[in-house]
Amino acid sequence: MTLLAGIDPVAVAAALIVAATPILLAAIGELVTEKAGVLNLGVEGMMILGAVVGFAAAVATGSVLLGLAAAAAAGAALAGLFAVLVLGLLANQVATGLALTLFGLGLSALIGQGYIGVRPPPAGRLAVPGLSDLPVLGRLVFSHDVLVYTGVALVAGVWAFLRFSRAGLILRAVGESHDAAHALGFPVRRVRALAILFGGACAGLGGAHLSLVRVPQWTEGMTAGAGWIALALVVFASWRPWRVMLGAWLFGGIAVLQLNLQAAGVKIPVEYLAMSPYLVTILVLVIITADRPRAALHAPAALGRPFHAAG
Amino acid sequence: MTATAAPPPPAPLLEVEGITKAYPGVLANSDIAFAIRPGAVHALLGENGAGKSTLVKIVYGLVRPDAGRMRLLGAPYAPASPAAARAAGVAMVFQHFSLFEALTVAENVALGMERPPPLRRLAGRIRAVSAAYGLPLDPDRPVADLSAGERQRVEIVRCLLQEPRLLIMDEPTSVLTPQEVEILFGTLRRIAADGTAILYISHKLEEIILLCESATILRGGRVVAGCDPRRRSARELAELMVGRIVQPPARAAAPAGAPVLEVAGLSLPAAWPHGRALHDVRLAVRGGEILGIGGVAGNGQDELLAALSGERPGPAAAVRLDGRPIGALAPAARRMAGLATAPEERLGHAAAPDMTLTENTLLTAAGRERLVRHGLVGWRRAQGFAARIIAAFDVRTPGTEVAARALSGGNLQKFVIGREILQRPRALVVNQPTWGVDAAAAAAIRQALADLAGAGAAVVVISQDLDELMELAHRFAALNEGRLTPARPVEGLTVREIGLMLGGAHGMQAARPAAEGVPA
Repeated sequence: MTLLAGIDPVAVAAALIVAATPILLAAIGELVTEKAGVLNLGVEGMMILGAVVGFAAAVATGSVLLGLAAAAAAGAALAGLFAVLVLGLLANQVATGLALTLFGLGLSALIGQGYIGVRPPPAGRLAVPGLSDLPVLGRLVFSHDVLVYTGVALVAGVWAFLRFSRAGLILRAVGESHDAAHALGFPVRRVRALAILFGGACAGLGGAHLSLVRVPQWTEGMTAGAGWIALALVVFASWRPWRVMLGAWLFGGIAVLQLNLQAAGVKIPVEYLAMSPYLVTILVLVIITADRPRAALHAPAALGRPFHAAG
Repeated sequence: MTATAAPPPPAPLLEVEGITKAYPGVLANSDIAFAIRPGAVHALLGENGAGKSTLVKIVYGLVRPDAGRMRLLGAPYAPASPAAARAAGVAMVFQHFSLFEALTVAENVALGMERPPPLRRLAGRIRAVSAAYGLPLDPDRPVADLSAGERQRVEIVRCLLQEPRLLIMDEPTSVLTPQEVEILFGTLRRIAADGTAILYISHKLEEIILLCESATILRGGRVVAGCDPRRRSARELAELMVGRIVQPPARAAAPAGAPVLEVAGLSLPAAWPHGRALHDVRLAVRGGEILGIGGVAGNGQDELLAALSGERPGPAAAVRLDGRPIGALAPAARRMAGLATAPEERLGHAAAPDMTLTENTLLTAAGRERLVRHGLVGWRRAQGFAARIIAAFDVRTPGTEVAARALSGGNLQKFVIGREILQRPRALVVNQPTWGVDAAAAAAIRQALADLAGAGAAVVVISQDLDELMELAHRFAALNEGRLTPARPVEGLTVREIGLMLGGAHGMQAARPAAEGVPA
């Protein structure tokens, strides 16, 4: 136990929820996009654009909430570009998504030039009188920023939407077989465009959480692959919202834990500690989904296939 | 119209007049006109490419016609979308891709309705309607787990729940066993007796003669005849449809001798979630013989082809060619040994869609036709071989340097089958050789298979078209849930015996008494 000496489990647990939020937001958005049958590999680009635009807007207006709204709008705008290319011009989804990531990284560096070293307005915490002062629960559950609760609410909302609502059923149908959905008269492209925009807005919010709450400052390339982890989470979570949350928390938890271990001076090379969240998350999710043929049923069958209405 | 004493005919439910639709380079529909009475079963008959699909898409609001008018119940009818067509009382059961595998029966039904009730109440209505029409269904099962017949029931129930005035059925029997067809016909007659008109699209003549009271025959996008199919013979209808006399292939006498292709104790686990495991498959085909393998789709046809082609190798002794064990060899080595195969899926499996015909010959003929030497492609030889296939099998294409995707289904199928036959294999295994191919091309392909057997090769034809197997094969076996029945000589087999070999009607027992209660 000497290894974990000096690490406060409640502090780690509270921190992991915060650390997981950017990935959770991006992943739940991508889940909806993929359930509609679109593979958007531009998550990383949309996240970092959200991070810088959210940061800039918050600094300019002095309001974190306005910053978050701007971040969501920026993510959705970049996603809108993707939608035009992929749905309108039938561009290849993989190549377009990769280009979107590169574009987002470059554009964010350009926008962010004047903001390096600037401090953003502080993000408020949702303090609930009484509850926030509870010994363990208070720190764990009732002391976070708005986006942490938004993330959890979004997971619950997406789950219920896909499972119980007619619109969610249509979205799943479009992702399952766009030809059949078209034959029944559903607007395949409109459904997909909305799903892409939703995914972009979520990714933008996730990025803004990094630059406004978690870090909080602007550095170039600060998403550091979080978008790619979000993409991987969606697949390994078999397109199920609650599993996405589990995976995001696992990733966040190990990320926080390894930082604490580094601080505690554990004699493991820093490089190994730094790679551990990526490794462990993917390993655990692979093990969960392994050896289950039915897991394939959750995958949207039309994922990544371009839709062209014939006749 | 000549009878003077008959009462005035009831006002037509649907009138179609002067419908014309052109696509670039093709006139899909030209000045089409016909009318359907309420409660009638009206056939739309024609070969592939005759314009049936375009016409029903227009009626169902999926395609807007360039010219022409339609009237439904006397009122002008021009649906802008399938939703508008459904609102007007027109429902359609599709031939392909209108069900969602990962969703449950109830969810699939809900997707096809304008204002579906909550899923739990809908499940009750599904049970009620399916019981009323003898179509048992479990609303909570995922469609992926259903047989072809059950999937069709989902589509029919989905339509019936909307109480349509016109029900369009697009080639509904292509994947059913004879018993399932009988039950379907019982259901359709009951629906028609309730006053709903049925527009029945098919190219199976016997069915139309049995079921329909009027027919519109299309050829090349035009109406060539309207008639009462009950007063015509299948041969007359076929000639109207095709425009020329179709010759059944000449069948050589049953051969004798040692088996060329032998399969013994072939078992394979399912390769994908909804695949079939093969259980102890045995068969033996002599040189000069054609073995027909029937069965409802999804009973192991694709898996059997993959096991024979070498895509899924097994124990060496499970497959023998002229006594030599080849069961562990990969596809290329099997082809070299003399076992050629042609899978069902033309585009993407038998041929690479975006590669030219020349390039596609290389995919299977590189070894036997020596198109590759010292690791280098002999393009001239490959092109020559492609040209030989095109000439020998009358493949309609501008040339050899055309992408496979650009060929029509029938022409590509002739090319794919021709590619294997011209390699003079010892044994040939084909899956669904004439699926979705027009009658003339199908006849050519069947003749080529018969000729190959006549030249001494062993031929296995896997098909869901029983008529084709009866016409072509010397012996018949059926695949049922991954098991192959012993082969029986085709001479003397009755339809009922074949139905039993196919495994009877899956899960249809509950529907039997109801179906038999309806006079044929």
